[in-house]
Amino acid sequence: MKHRYLPMTSQDEKEMLEAIGIESIDELFADIPEKVRFKGEYKIKPAKSESSLTKELAALAAKNADSNRFASFLGAGVYDHYKPIIVDHVISRSEFYTAYTPYQPEISQGELQAIFEFQTMISELTGMDIANSSMYDGGTALAEAGMLAAGHTRRKKILVSRAVHPESRDVVRTYALGQSIEVEEIPLKDGHTDLEALKNMIDDNVAAVMVQYPNFFGQVENLKELEPIIHEAGALFAVSANPLSLGALTAPGKLGADITVGDAQPFGIAEAFGGPHCGYFAVTKKLMRKVPGRLVGETVDEDGRRGFVLTLQAREQHIRRDKATSNICSNQALNALAASVAMTALGKVGTKEMAVQNITKTHYMKQQLKGAGFELPFSGAHFNEIVVKVNAPIKELNDGLLAKGIIGGYDLGRSYDELDGHMLVCVTEQRTKEEIDAFVQELTAKVQEVGATHA
Amino acid sequence: MHKDNQPLIFEMTKEGRIGYSLPDLDVPEIDLAELFPEELVRDEAADLPEVSELDIMRHYTALSKRNHGVDSGFYPLGSCTMKYNPKINESVARFPGFANIHPLQDESTVQGAMELLFDLQEHLKEITGMDEVTLQPAAGAHGEWTGLMMIRAYHESRGDMKRTKVIVPDSAHGTNPASATVAGFETVTVKSNEQGLVDLEDLKRVVGEDTAALMLTNPNTLGLFEEQILEMAAIIHEVGGKLYYDGANLNAVMSKARPGDMGFDVVHLNLHKTFTGPHGGGGPGSGPVGVKKDLIPYLPKPVLVKTEQGLTFDYNRPESIGRVKPFYGNFGINVRAYTYIRSMGPDGLKAVTEYAVLNANYMMRKLQPHFDLPYDRHCKHEFVLSGRRQKKLGVRTLDMAKRLLDFGYHPPTIYFPLNVEEGMMIEPTETESKETLDAFIDAMIQIAKEVEENPEIVQDAPHTTVIKRLDETQAARKPVLRYTKPE
Repeated sequence: MKHRYLPMTSQDEKEMLEAIGIESIDELFADIPEKVRFKGEYKIKPAKSESSLTKELAALAAKNADSNRFASFLGAGVYDHYKPIIVDHVISRSEFYTAYTPYQPEISQGELQAIFEFQTMISELTGMDIANSSMYDGGTALAEAGMLAAGHTRRKKILVSRAVHPESRDVVRTYALGQSIEVEEIPLKDGHTDLEALKNMIDDNVAAVMVQYPNFFGQVENLKELEPIIHEAGALFAVSANPLSLGALTAPGKLGADITVGDAQPFGIAEAFGGPHCGYFAVTKKLMRKVPGRLVGETVDEDGRRGFVLTLQAREQHIRRDKATSNICSNQALNALAASVAMTALGKVGTKEMAVQNITKTHYMKQQLKGAGFELPFSGAHFNEIVVKVNAPIKELNDGLLAKGIIGGYDLGRSYDELDGHMLVCVTEQRTKEEIDAFVQELTAKVQEVGATHA
Repeated sequence: MHKDNQPLIFEMTKEGRIGYSLPDLDVPEIDLAELFPEELVRDEAADLPEVSELDIMRHYTALSKRNHGVDSGFYPLGSCTMKYNPKINESVARFPGFANIHPLQDESTVQGAMELLFDLQEHLKEITGMDEVTLQPAAGAHGEWTGLMMIRAYHESRGDMKRTKVIVPDSAHGTNPASATVAGFETVTVKSNEQGLVDLEDLKRVVGEDTAALMLTNPNTLGLFEEQILEMAAIIHEVGGKLYYDGANLNAVMSKARPGDMGFDVVHLNLHKTFTGPHGGGGPGSGPVGVKKDLIPYLPKPVLVKTEQGLTFDYNRPESIGRVKPFYGNFGINVRAYTYIRSMGPDGLKAVTEYAVLNANYMMRKLQPHFDLPYDRHCKHEFVLSGRRQKKLGVRTLDMAKRLLDFGYHPPTIYFPLNVEEGMMIEPTETESKETLDAFIDAMIQIAKEVEENPEIVQDAPHTTVIKRLDETQAARKPVLRYTKPE
């Protein structure tokens, strides 16, 4: 068997067998009982050469409608943003991507320092004391926040706003099931978490209240008004925040959040059909020793030189085993690096400018939709997304838009019965005025056409 | 590696410098104060760096030079399968049609991506011998928890509510007991016997009506094949429990033995290990889970299915454990794993396992005269040495690991599994040449000699790295987890 990844020659094989003192490789597998031994070869596709496989997979990729070729107005948790080109050049350095968890700090200072910088940037943006080195994604990070809160407060109920991403709520429920934690949903009012309902639901059995900022509908929840209701009941305040929005919006840490989580995908990470993205997890100092996942800390070496190490590992599975605060082991380190590079490139000024651009362009879209006669059910200001009442099957509209080079919005009827016939439209800084105008024009035309068909 | 400290990016910042190029704002400007309540408009900018593009590139290039990856040199980190990460994988994952597609696009516009996922599932089914596979879990531990949640749902669906315990060998990965706890189970430990295998008598002692599952790695973390796997499967199945396969060590048995044929009911794989993910400095990974027929109803939502109209995600799964992750798993890693499998083919995967096992046995026999080998029999893809002999001379395994850094190697996994004193777990993988193995063997032998003749050089190691050993106690006692600007 000759293969470019396998350096073994027949001469090597002969010498190695001799050194071991056996005749054939098969002898090394003689301890596998006859009954379970697999004979022959897997019935899978034969190997392909590099060029031929590249060609085949390029053709498969080309079958998909990507956001390079189409103007995308789809968000709902995953965004087509400006990715500084430098990001891919940094994460393509194989000293980073072919390493594993930095257990040997003397030869892993690069990764450790990069993660320490990531932790710092996330702390800065969220206004929290401490951030960890990453989680799988925003949804599982929120679920872990629920488990942390239940453990910390010794309470067994979580209240989740219905304005939290529907898929994140689903993930929270699955994790809660494992821990026998009860999950209740806080209803909506005008596209926001209903404060009056929350006041009625909350009691001293509640471990955490979870909201999203900005929420699934692009509305900015007023964390300042939520905070006293939650803390008066002794519950933890968990906020799932889009970190880009924090370039322009007040940090959750400044508004009383105990745990802030989210996904750093808006910072330089590809949409990639939903993953891998990059969850983050940030807390106040008092929760530091309960954080899931890896933490990098600063220290000194024998000569007093500054260095970085994995620290507070007594929380983690490889030390604490069944008493660990979480089972997470591998995380999203390379994507945390990507997000760090993007946050560095955007920097203090660019992060704010990009956040403001998103608000400004979304506002422009809102004005254009209103001008075209669309009903926009929610009254608040928006970040990235707007809910539009179209009164037509979203799929048909999106099929029509696609023919015009546009990827349309999300069908809210998939997750909210009361919002059937509503589209969640997303605008990022990537969308030009021309594209937004074209979207409104095509949507208007298509709604009329579909309406006529159905009438 | 050069020795100058690399400043933090925050220490390089200078007001007025930028490193970005945003699109022009081509719509009318607005005043945020008019849109949002005053308390929600950020009044102090997040203190992120202000640096030029070249500054950024030089900073991260300098950091990369202070980092050791598989491309830098040999990385025999046991249980992690640090094999070569093929470059075609990186190119394919970056095709716009894979990298720049949205998970909520209409299914008709992403059939290419769905075809890849479906075909990957088919390949993994054949490789593991399982009936169905989900690609949702993001990493191995996530897969373990997903699998255990399915086992829990299976028992509960039968009204069998008393199965509260998961049995885990004393040599198991730490994630096994941790995942069991997160899934709501209590962990029970089963002992290893003198051969380094699960002690069947002890297993018989701990199983019972309350057993939900036994989690096993096979070959186990000592690199030894659990020969009595069928007997173990019988013991667990007899009492109504399920058998769980931790796939971290699948590289040892491809085309030789399939978990599905060994009696396992649930399997997770680590695509970033066996199938060249890559490891990314700690992730992202991908941890697909395969199951036997009776567990299919409990698979996480959505399930990718083939219909006459094409591929579709099926959400109508009333018995599903629910969602374990937003969207469909770490697609980008799944693309890389698929590319790898298609590059190898059936004969390639078989050779992978054969050479991985040959390399490990060769190293083990070459090193055996110089170190203690607690379990003297053919190993699979990895083996565990003990530093007992060296410890008696005042040199610990940690010291020898640090000394290896001076030779340009990443050390083996140390102090694991827990049932070997001063353990060193060595996994060479199949992508390393005999010359590389020989050079590493020579370094290990030299270190063993140094321990006898000049122990200080080992005890004081490393001598050539950018920093010396770090004060981990200080890091944990007075945690500094972020940079703070000096006043």
